[in-house]
Amino acid sequence: MKRLVVVGNGMAGVACVEHILKRNPDFEITIFGDETHVNYNRIMLSLVLAGEKSADEIVLNDVEWYRSNNIRARLGVKISGIDRAARTVIDEEGLAAPYDKLILATGSSAFIPPIPGVDKENVHVFRTLDDTHALLAKARKGLKTVVIGGGLLGLEAARGLQVRGCEVTVIHLAESLMERQLDATGGEYLKRRIERLGIQVLLPRKTAALFGNGHVDGLRFATGEELEAELVVIAAGIKPNAELARKAGLEVNRGIVVNDFMETSDPDIFAVGECTEHRGQTFGLVAPLFDQARVLAATVTENRGPVFSATAPAAKLKIMGVDIFSAGSIDENEPGVEVVRYEDPALGAYKKLLIKDNRLHGMILVGDVEDEHIYMDWMRSGTDLAPLRRQLLFPPPVDAGLEVADMPDSETICGCNGVRKGDIIQAIHKYGIVTMGQLKERTRASTSCGTCASLCQKLLRAVAPDFEEETKTSLCACVPFSYERLREIVRAQKLKSVQEVLTVYGNRKGCEVCKPALSYMLDMLWCGDHEEDRSARFINDRVHANIQKDGTFSVIPRMRGGVTSPDELRRIADVADKYSIPMVKVTGSQRIDLLGVKKADLPLVWRDLGMASGQAYTRGVRMVKTCVGTEFCRYGVQDSTNTGIELERRLENLFTPHKFKMGVVGCPRNCAEATVKDLGFVGQDGSWQVVVGGAAGKSVRKADLLVTVETTEEALEAGELFFQYYRENGNYLERSYDFVERLGMEKIRKETVYASEGEKRNLLDRLRRSKELSRDAWLERDRPSNPTQFVQIEVIEGQLV
Amino acid sequence: MTSQRVWTKITHVENIPPREGRPVRIGNLEIAIFNLNGRFLTIENACPHKGGPLCDGIVTGTSVVCPLHGRHFDLETGMPVRASEPSCLAVFPTRVENGIIFVDIDL
Repeated sequence: MKRLVVVGNGMAGVACVEHILKRNPDFEITIFGDETHVNYNRIMLSLVLAGEKSADEIVLNDVEWYRSNNIRARLGVKISGIDRAARTVIDEEGLAAPYDKLILATGSSAFIPPIPGVDKENVHVFRTLDDTHALLAKARKGLKTVVIGGGLLGLEAARGLQVRGCEVTVIHLAESLMERQLDATGGEYLKRRIERLGIQVLLPRKTAALFGNGHVDGLRFATGEELEAELVVIAAGIKPNAELARKAGLEVNRGIVVNDFMETSDPDIFAVGECTEHRGQTFGLVAPLFDQARVLAATVTENRGPVFSATAPAAKLKIMGVDIFSAGSIDENEPGVEVVRYEDPALGAYKKLLIKDNRLHGMILVGDVEDEHIYMDWMRSGTDLAPLRRQLLFPPPVDAGLEVADMPDSETICGCNGVRKGDIIQAIHKYGIVTMGQLKERTRASTSCGTCASLCQKLLRAVAPDFEEETKTSLCACVPFSYERLREIVRAQKLKSVQEVLTVYGNRKGCEVCKPALSYMLDMLWCGDHEEDRSARFINDRVHANIQKDGTFSVIPRMRGGVTSPDELRRIADVADKYSIPMVKVTGSQRIDLLGVKKADLPLVWRDLGMASGQAYTRGVRMVKTCVGTEFCRYGVQDSTNTGIELERRLENLFTPHKFKMGVVGCPRNCAEATVKDLGFVGQDGSWQVVVGGAAGKSVRKADLLVTVETTEEALEAGELFFQYYRENGNYLERSYDFVERLGMEKIRKETVYASEGEKRNLLDRLRRSKELSRDAWLERDRPSNPTQFVQIEVIEGQLV
Repeated sequence: MTSQRVWTKITHVENIPPREGRPVRIGNLEIAIFNLNGRFLTIENACPHKGGPLCDGIVTGTSVVCPLHGRHFDLETGMPVRASEPSCLAVFPTRVENGIIFVDIDL
């Protein structure tokens, strides 16, 4: 068996090994990695920095992969020399490992410009998982942070740190951001988007020195201008790690020189990835490196034949809400290139297509990257654009089924991981794949940059007979994301106001549909630690009462479990008299409704009632209807009244995707109709049935059994678990009865009452936190959110000429 | 000849929060003044559909949505946003001077 040694445990090296394994080689494989981590997805580091992914989530090959493929992984070992005569690699401790074939996949490192002071403390680079952890350890609210470099990586690092609370400034040597991928106009649009996120951008700035006593205090520019900085991140480009090869006497220019078969100047040594130089070109984006990996796998397994040719690079900025895509050549002065351009400053959208010989030659997409796939397809396949000239800027949507069906099996779907249409179809049939998750796991497609996800989904839908769509409903046209995605965005990007969400991710205006939905989402996620914007609320939630047909309001005080007292009843009667309230009515929810109250009287009515808001006007916890249970009823077997009161106490003042009604009954006779409530407890001798998703309104639906438990405390906890789960996963305006049908009881049980203790605790902790920060809305009687909320504005003076 | 405008001095701009409306009664007329992030627009306060208080509606861009049945009106022109809801509203010229809102009510 021959010994194959791979120096480098990064994406290119391991991808190459994966391809080698597919060819069932007769190799004993050893991989040396100077990082202590298993192979992870370096492209995703900015998402780890921003908190959108955990370090575990970006692992590409776990320890088990190395083990099951009989690969010796020597992690945290740096190879410092190659003895070509003895055919060994030597590590820093002088230990030698023999090879028959050697692959150098040493990658690249951050280019550190020769500026005085770059060695100071708190000056970082951003290249590895360890770099990321180091930055995370430093990041804190208000930390003055400067990122040197306005390229892809610099901007992603800047956003990540800003999300962590740092005050970030990006400085860049060039006149515009991402100048290698964008033209000046595109760069300007990008700059505006970045600034709108709250990141300062200074262009062009040449850094002359970093100053500070031991640790960095700031930067001095060539102009003499200074900028304060407590943390500096250098993202000024990369340089191939070619030193090892150079010392070994291999041919090296900027990178390790390889030919079309990925061979170096030594017939037993090969190179792949960012350390290479092919036909004078070095590499920094992942897609061509996966091509290299495939080619090298053939060469090294004695299937020499496939050749590598560098394809048009494509780059996508991974900052949510800042859509930037660039591919191919963007040099508009190239002879024979025509430019087709579109821009809409109000939308922040800019598209530029470079066309040569009626073929798409390059593109810049800013703000609107919807059609990226169609364009990439045109470019890769060299589509003749002559018949499409009128539709270039807004290509007609291609029918999903057809588009995928039309592709040849050899067409690459996932450029990052080099997965072809045929590979995906094969995997779907072979493994019975029905979900995107399974597809990703099996084929790796769409696991790197994720831009081909929709294409994979279409293919899956077309091919898999039992395709399971992950149901996603878009909120509205103003913010064109699904609820799930929006929740993710708002959480990860730490958005704290409706206007912020609309400005960054939407059309800035919002409407009567998305504004209340976003208000709910912010309240649910941040439990009050957000900017409450009453203008985004429906009138009921501005004045905490239900608007009536004549513009007056209805007032329903909280009456827990439907239990009141003579004293409360007297106050209600007095209030009705004092404010000439035209109707006092008993509701179907065992409460009392005062109808026809004028807006200006609301705070006075609340004060005189001295009762809490019953939230009868909002999408939130309404009430718990109870029967008298064991206290008085001769059939009662459980104390439904006090249990109901306790349940109401635990959940009152909280908001839900839609109204949330509850009922607790002391025996299966069900007098308080618990089985047609969003959450109900049905008392039995010695146990409670906890039921959810019942309805007796527009829909009538018998609730489903969530769980049967022995004690009242267990029942309360089960109710709380479901309640919080619905709050977090329900779509706005989705009643619990639609929610349980959408998700299915099995999933709900698994993720609530049958979840692990840890998951249950997390749900309950989040509920408790929200509860602690919630308050009775009617306390605004003394401190209204706006001074003129309830007060009629009086004209200062009459007619003036 | 320029027509003579009769401006009524209404209230301080701070009294109308951004993206909200407030009702003001002048004689028998009730108007709703909206603050579109510093720009103030005035319409009559009653929705032509069923008299809903438009001042209580959610503002979206430069239009308002009636809180009762969701009719949609442009605050600049008083015109309905949807063609299927054909009635329109009176609008009143509005200006701001030294932080005070003036509305031209031609009674």
